[in-house]
Amino acid sequence: MADFETPELQEYSVVPKLEKGTMAGSAPFIAKPQFQEPLGYPGELVDNWEEKVITKMDDLRGKYRGFQVFLDSCVKCGACTDKCHYYLGTKDPKNMPVARQDLLRKVYRRYSTFAGKFFGALGIPGFVGAADLNKEVLDDWYSYFHQCSQCRRCSVYCPYGIDTAEISMAAREIMATVGVGQKYCNQIIAKAQTIGNNLGLPQPALLDTLEGLEEEVEEDTGVAVKFPLDQKGCDILLITPSADFFAEPHVDGLMGYAKVFHESGISWTMSSSASEAANFGMFIGSYETMRTLSLRIREAALELGVKRIIFGECGHAWRVAYSFLNTLAGPWDFLDQNYPIPQHICEFTNDMIEKDELKFDKSANDHMTLTFHDSCNVARGSRMGDKPGGQMDIPRAVIKAVCNNYVDMPNDTIGEATFCCGGGGGLLTDDLMELRVKGAQPRMEAYKSTVDNSGVTNLVAICAICKSQFTKVLPYYGFGMTDILSLHQLVSDAIILTGSEDDTSEDSDTNESE
Amino acid sequence: MSASVVYALAFYLASAIFIIGVVRKIVQYAKIPAPLKIPTMPAPTTQAGVVVRMFTEVVLFNSLFKSNKWIWIFGWMFHFALLLAVFRHLRYVIPADSFLMPLIGHEIVQAFGKYAGFAMLAGLGGLFARRIFVDRVRYISSPSDYAMLLLIMGIAGTGLMMSFVEHTDIVMLKEFMLGLLIFNIQPLPSDTNLLVHLGLVIALMIIFPISKLLHAPGVFFSPTRNQVDNARTKRHLAPWAAELEADRKAGE
Repeated sequence: MADFETPELQEYSVVPKLEKGTMAGSAPFIAKPQFQEPLGYPGELVDNWEEKVITKMDDLRGKYRGFQVFLDSCVKCGACTDKCHYYLGTKDPKNMPVARQDLLRKVYRRYSTFAGKFFGALGIPGFVGAADLNKEVLDDWYSYFHQCSQCRRCSVYCPYGIDTAEISMAAREIMATVGVGQKYCNQIIAKAQTIGNNLGLPQPALLDTLEGLEEEVEEDTGVAVKFPLDQKGCDILLITPSADFFAEPHVDGLMGYAKVFHESGISWTMSSSASEAANFGMFIGSYETMRTLSLRIREAALELGVKRIIFGECGHAWRVAYSFLNTLAGPWDFLDQNYPIPQHICEFTNDMIEKDELKFDKSANDHMTLTFHDSCNVARGSRMGDKPGGQMDIPRAVIKAVCNNYVDMPNDTIGEATFCCGGGGGLLTDDLMELRVKGAQPRMEAYKSTVDNSGVTNLVAICAICKSQFTKVLPYYGFGMTDILSLHQLVSDAIILTGSEDDTSEDSDTNESE
Repeated sequence: MSASVVYALAFYLASAIFIIGVVRKIVQYAKIPAPLKIPTMPAPTTQAGVVVRMFTEVVLFNSLFKSNKWIWIFGWMFHFALLLAVFRHLRYVIPADSFLMPLIGHEIVQAFGKYAGFAMLAGLGGLFARRIFVDRVRYISSPSDYAMLLLIMGIAGTGLMMSFVEHTDIVMLKEFMLGLLIFNIQPLPSDTNLLVHLGLVIALMIIFPISKLLHAPGVFFSPTRNQVDNARTKRHLAPWAAELEADRKAGE
C-alpha cells in the first residue's frame, strides 16, 4: 500500500528498543507564501531567523507560564519515554516526549540559561544538555514537532505534569513566525476564516447537502427531520466539524444529532459562517488565530439569536470549546445560563436519555459488538457533565443506552490513558501517511485484543479526526475501513422517531434504556 | 586564608546564589500568566481538590507511580530519605536552647535521619543504573544528569562515612555553623570527609537555581497540575489576552 512497512500487531504491547532516525525523513509540506501571509507570517524563512527564533521563544516564555516551567523542570527521569504512540509505533527516539521537548529545550538552555551560556562558552554546551541553533536543528524541529498530535498522554505520566503538547504548539508558532509554517493547517485556517469551515463549503453547497440528508432520513423513517441552516430565533446553535456534512462515518453522526434534536422538540440550527467546530489555531499554537476562529461562533450566536451552543463530535474542537471558548470568545452572558456553555452533543443526548425523552430499539445495533475509543483531547483536555471523568462516562452511557453489546479495550489504553488515533494535532494529511499508520499501532493493538478476545466488531469515536484517521488506517492493519462508527450513528440507528413505522407509541416495551 | 574562612565565604556565596536564584525563579513563574486552562484531565473541579492533587503529586509522586514503578520507588526513596536527612541535620544549625531541639534532637528523628543515608544511596544508585542500562533513559541523559547523581551520592556517601566510619568533631562543626549565622567565623574541623561533604553541598546549592533542580519549585507552578477544571463556569483572561479584547468591544 505504501513504501513503508505497517508495524505488526503483538498480543502484548512491547516497549521497542530505540532505532535512531527511523522518522527523520517525515515532515509535512511547508506552507507556501500564500498560506503564510494571510495569517500574518512571513512567506519564507527570514534572513536573521536564528535571532528571531530566540526572540519569539523569549516572547512565549513571558506569555505562557506552562512553557517556561516545563522548559526548566524536566529532570530526564524517563517516565514519559514509553508513553507516546508515535514512539511506540516508530521506535524513533526523538519521538519520546522528553527527547522531542529537548529539541527545543537544548536551544533554550544554550541561549537563555546561565548553565548553557557558560558551558557553551567553554565549547561543551552538550555537558548540560544545551546545543547551538542551526539549520539542522530547525529541520529537526519541523520534522519532529509535526510528529506530535498534542494528545497529552505524556503529561498524565510526568511527575511535573510537563505537557509536550504545549512545547509542540510553541515550537510550531516559533517556526511559523520565522517563515516555516505547515501547509495543511494554514491552508485550512484560511478557509475557515474566509468561508466558514475547514472544507471551504459555501452556504449554497451546505444547503444542498443538508436538503439531501433531510430526504434521506425521511425516506428511511417516514419522518420529516429537519437540518436547519442559518435560521434565526432557534434555541440551539449546533457547531459541528465540517466533515460531518459529507464524510463517512461522520455524516451518520450528524443524522443522529438531527434525530435527537427532532425528538427533543427543541429548535435548532447550524450556521454557515460558523460551520466548523474544529479550531486549527490550537494546532499551530496561535492564541490569536484560535481567538479569531472562536469569535466567528460568538458572532453567529449573536446574529442568529440562539440561547444555547452545542458542539458536535470533534475531539480537539471540544477541548477548545470546553476549556478555551469562554476565555477566547466569552462572556456568554447573552445565552441561557441554565445550561453549560458550550455543551457537548453527548451531554445533550445523555440528558434526554436520563429524562426518558427518547425511545430506542437497542436491537437495531445487535449485529455489532462495540468498543469506544476515547479521543485524546476529550479525555485529557476537557470534561462532560459536572463530575471529573464525565468525558469518559457520558459517551459510554449513551452507547449503552442504544446498544446491547459493549466491551471496553484494555484499561491502560482508555480513559486518561487513551492512545491518540495517530492523526490528531494537525497531522491528518496525506503527506504524513507513514507517521499516521505507525502512530495508530498502539490503538490498533488494543482494538485487536478486544476483537480477538471479546468478539468486538466495531470501534466508536466522537472525533472527526479519529473517524477520518481510522477509516484510512484500519485497512493497513487488516481491519475494515467501515469498522469505525460515529457515536451518534448508533443513536441514529436505534432511535425510534415519533410517528415513524417503528413507533409503537404508548406500548413502550422496546424502550429498554437501563 | 584558612580552610575555615574559605568554607565560610563559600557558604555565604552559595547561600546567596541559592536564595536569590530560587526566589528569582519563583517570582518569574508567579508573574508569567497562564492564559489558558490546561489542567490534565480529569482534574479537580474545586480549589480544595487541587490541593489534594498537588499533595498526591508532591508527597506521593502519584503521576510517576502511574508511569513506572522502578523510577517511582527509586525516586521516592531518594527524596523521602533526603527529607529525613535534612531534618536530622537541622541539629547542627539550630541553637541548643531552640524550641525545635527536643523534636530534632529526638532519638527517633536522629536514627531515621542517620540510616536514611543508605536509602538515599540506594535510590540514587537505582536511578543511576537506569541511566546506564535502559536505552531510552541513556538516550535522554546528558553528562550533567550523571554528574548530578554522582554529586548527591558523594554527599550521601561522605555523610555516611562520618556517621559510621570516622566521626568528625561535631561540637566544633556546630560552633562553625552557628558562627556563620552571626557572621562570626569559627574554626572548622579539617577532616577530609567533612570538607568534601560540605564542598559538595556548596556545589549543589550553587547548581540548584541554574539546573533541572528547579523541578522543586516548578512542580507547584505546573498549570497541568495546579489548575481547577472550571473553564466553562469561570472566565479566565490573562492581562496580555485582555488587551486583544479592545478591538472586539468596539466591533460588537
